[in-house]
Amino acid sequence: MTVLDTDIREGVDRETVERVQAMAGKYKHGWETDIEMEFAPKGLNTDIVRLISEKNAEPEWMTDWRLKAFERWQQMEEPDWAMIQHPPIDYQEQYYYAKPKSMMEKPKSLDEVDPKLLQTYEKLGIPLKEQMILAGVEGAEEAPAEGRKVAVDAVFDSVSVGTTFQKELAKAGVIFCSISEAIREHPELVKKYLGSVVPIQDNFFATLNSAVFSDGSFVYVPPGVKCPMELSTYFRINAENTGQFERTLIIADKGSYVSYLEGCTAPQRDTAQLHAAVVELVALEDAEIKYSTVQNWYPGDENGKGGIYNFVTKRADCRGDRSKVMWTQVETGSAVTWKYPSCILRGDDSQGEFYSIAITNNWQQADTGTKMIHLGKRTRSRIVSKGISAGHAQNTYRGLVSMHPKAKESRNYTQCDSLLIGDQCGAHTVPYIEVKNNSSRAEHEATTSKVDDDQMFYCQQRGMDEEEAVALIVNGFCKDVLQALPMEFAMEAQQLVAISLEGSVG
Amino acid sequence: MALRKIDHEAVEARLSALDLPQGPSWAAAARRDALERVRAGGLPQRRDEYWRFTRPDSLIQPEPTPAQVLREEGSEIFSGIDRLRIVFRDGVFDPEASDDLAAEGVAIERVAQSGDIHWARDLYGKLEVRGQEPVSRPLAALNTAFATDGLLIRATGKVRRPVALVYLHEQEQSDAILHHVVKVEEGAELTLLETGPAAARFNTVTEVEVADRATFHHVRAQGRDHERRAVTHVFARLGGECVFKCFTLTANGMMTRNEAVIELAGDDAVAHVAGAAVGDGDFHHDDTVFVTHEGRNCESRQVFKKVLRNGATGVFQGKILVRQSAQKTDGYQISQSLLLDGDSQFLAKPELEIYADDVQCSHGSTSGAIDEDAMFYLRSRGVEQSDAQDLLTLAFLAEAIDEIDDRMIAEDLVTQLERWLSRRRR
Repeated sequence: MTVLDTDIREGVDRETVERVQAMAGKYKHGWETDIEMEFAPKGLNTDIVRLISEKNAEPEWMTDWRLKAFERWQQMEEPDWAMIQHPPIDYQEQYYYAKPKSMMEKPKSLDEVDPKLLQTYEKLGIPLKEQMILAGVEGAEEAPAEGRKVAVDAVFDSVSVGTTFQKELAKAGVIFCSISEAIREHPELVKKYLGSVVPIQDNFFATLNSAVFSDGSFVYVPPGVKCPMELSTYFRINAENTGQFERTLIIADKGSYVSYLEGCTAPQRDTAQLHAAVVELVALEDAEIKYSTVQNWYPGDENGKGGIYNFVTKRADCRGDRSKVMWTQVETGSAVTWKYPSCILRGDDSQGEFYSIAITNNWQQADTGTKMIHLGKRTRSRIVSKGISAGHAQNTYRGLVSMHPKAKESRNYTQCDSLLIGDQCGAHTVPYIEVKNNSSRAEHEATTSKVDDDQMFYCQQRGMDEEEAVALIVNGFCKDVLQALPMEFAMEAQQLVAISLEGSVG
Repeated sequence: MALRKIDHEAVEARLSALDLPQGPSWAAAARRDALERVRAGGLPQRRDEYWRFTRPDSLIQPEPTPAQVLREEGSEIFSGIDRLRIVFRDGVFDPEASDDLAAEGVAIERVAQSGDIHWARDLYGKLEVRGQEPVSRPLAALNTAFATDGLLIRATGKVRRPVALVYLHEQEQSDAILHHVVKVEEGAELTLLETGPAAARFNTVTEVEVADRATFHHVRAQGRDHERRAVTHVFARLGGECVFKCFTLTANGMMTRNEAVIELAGDDAVAHVAGAAVGDGDFHHDDTVFVTHEGRNCESRQVFKKVLRNGATGVFQGKILVRQSAQKTDGYQISQSLLLDGDSQFLAKPELEIYADDVQCSHGSTSGAIDEDAMFYLRSRGVEQSDAQDLLTLAFLAEAIDEIDDRMIAEDLVTQLERWLSRRRR
């Protein structure tokens, strides 16, 4: 080998080493911000439910709604059918409400903002202008924006700390605010749609959320409006022993379009933390909603200590004819994931799509998938799921495709591929297929295999080390899904794929 | 864990309609144990996940629902094959109608008439118990406890003639429980055929142990009495380098639940489980298969095809479990249904559970009507609509029938299917 060759090779190596380092060791978002918080007492009872409602200055009908949910929840049992195992959750050992104290009064400029809060946003990679707005700086909306616009709503522990670009969105008639604000400002919309997709008695975690959700995002896109920018919510659990229960409600009125991004992170902690969100999407006639998630909650350390228990109910109702909903998710975080973004295809000719990458490493467990419920005529759905399991992780795809007798001429195509890295992990597929009329067609394919030896050899022969090669091959394996993500997320997701698999080989 | 509430009343009602059989002493312990398991675990209930698509009611009620006896016309299936014919009438062995049980390379005995010390003691109820994890199969336990008849078949060499069990249904209220144990010794070969409706309600368990390098072929044609109900279990444990192939044809019958529990214990073994089902009207057909890979470098295939019309229901629940030890596994599973009209339905749950990384496992499931392009192709070449439909239906079923190695047996089954198709038009 010549000297030149070595240099180039070393150059490549150096670059990769730097990149991996830049991606910050194990878990990039593992820091915690030491901010003075206002907590509600630990535990859960009707007083706490009332307190949360009171803190959000909610009208009485909302308080009653929560209490009804709480009453129901007390009679429910935690579901146990998923392929996940975790120590029992003590629901009385959690804080159900935490709020940064600095939110009490509106600061005049960034200098007055709790610098720790600002650091948080910086670490999350939120641009300065958005930082100002999130920090609630007066007049921030008028400041010039940099680069491409993405409206951001950040939820910090229990409360939404600020929403950007509200005015610009308002010009288009789009309402984008925290759900607590929506309950106060737009009660008619909230009353009409909240709980109409995920009813309060839906399931154990959704019911718990209905009782104690403290904040979340609300979007309403009026008829015929194409939302002028991507909407985004950033969720962060910061305080210890705090459960986060956000509630998102998105309504796309007739002929409208909206694309929504969601990202999540949490600090590294030894104890597991609970997260139980509910997302409801309503698409009316000819409307389209794109919902993308990059879920990167803290997954616990390499020995399975700590991490987020992520129990999420996400459901879309394609209520109008020709409506369309597309779920895209990249699930790399959380110690336990229990999540099934679903579509009820009620309107004729409506469409549902689900693209998912679930990566589990170390001791992570994911039981995730989707439900496509075909009720309307000529409804179509497509499911592409890629599961990657490494270390001691267990990764399960669980899905339902149901074609009702009246859903004539409907179509479904499902593809679930699993990749195993190492011999201590597991990959499972549990699809349910129910076809109740003969003009519809359902197709399901699933494969499970390991990283191809020939591909590994090819990459390594060209100078990649084992870990890089695996990251590259896995990214190729996930390509179908990564392509479905909006640009902003696609890059982040690709890096996440690489980081999540660190330490999985060798 | 959410506790399953056991309906003890239903259990006791069912048990009260049964008498503990006077069996050989070697089976007594297994029977007692099975009875205790039924009492402790209960019978299948409508809310059980494993019975999600099939209502167990008619299989567990104390008395069977009467089923009209269908007088078959034409010759008996497999009559053209040189076979050792053994007849059961409503679940009772009929020595008069049966051939002499003595045959080269195989020993066949009735359970009730076997001696006190018996090889079957190590298998009777034992493979069934192994098959109760991770999902319980209470109707199999009930069978172990209460089976009134059955055969012990032990193949020691290459058995030339297939052993053919013919199940005749003669009484409208019969409730038959049969339990067979089959042992195929090292290097031996055996073909077991089972045909006929057996009874108004039929519960059968077949426990099969296939030793190293042995071969076992199992072909069933379940009788087509429209009102009969059946639940069958096959529990098989396979040694190294052996071959196990099981095929089931079901044409009609009100209720059929066929469970196959296959354990690939040795290395380099092959297990194929296949089935073709055609049904119309009240027909409800359920194939539930559980294949466990323990040994290395084994191959398993599941191929199930169903043709449904007039509101018939087809169910497939198939699982491939690959344990960590089972590296180099090749697992394949396909379940397909052809819905000939708008009322029929197909419900499927094809599962994979995999703990080994160096494996190739895949499954596919499709459901839909006859391919319009294929239909158009045939019609444009002058083929009548109904003939074209038959042709395409048979072509659809062919992949499952191809799983049968013996061509003569396969042809006989195709003849059955052709008859079913032609009857439909009359």
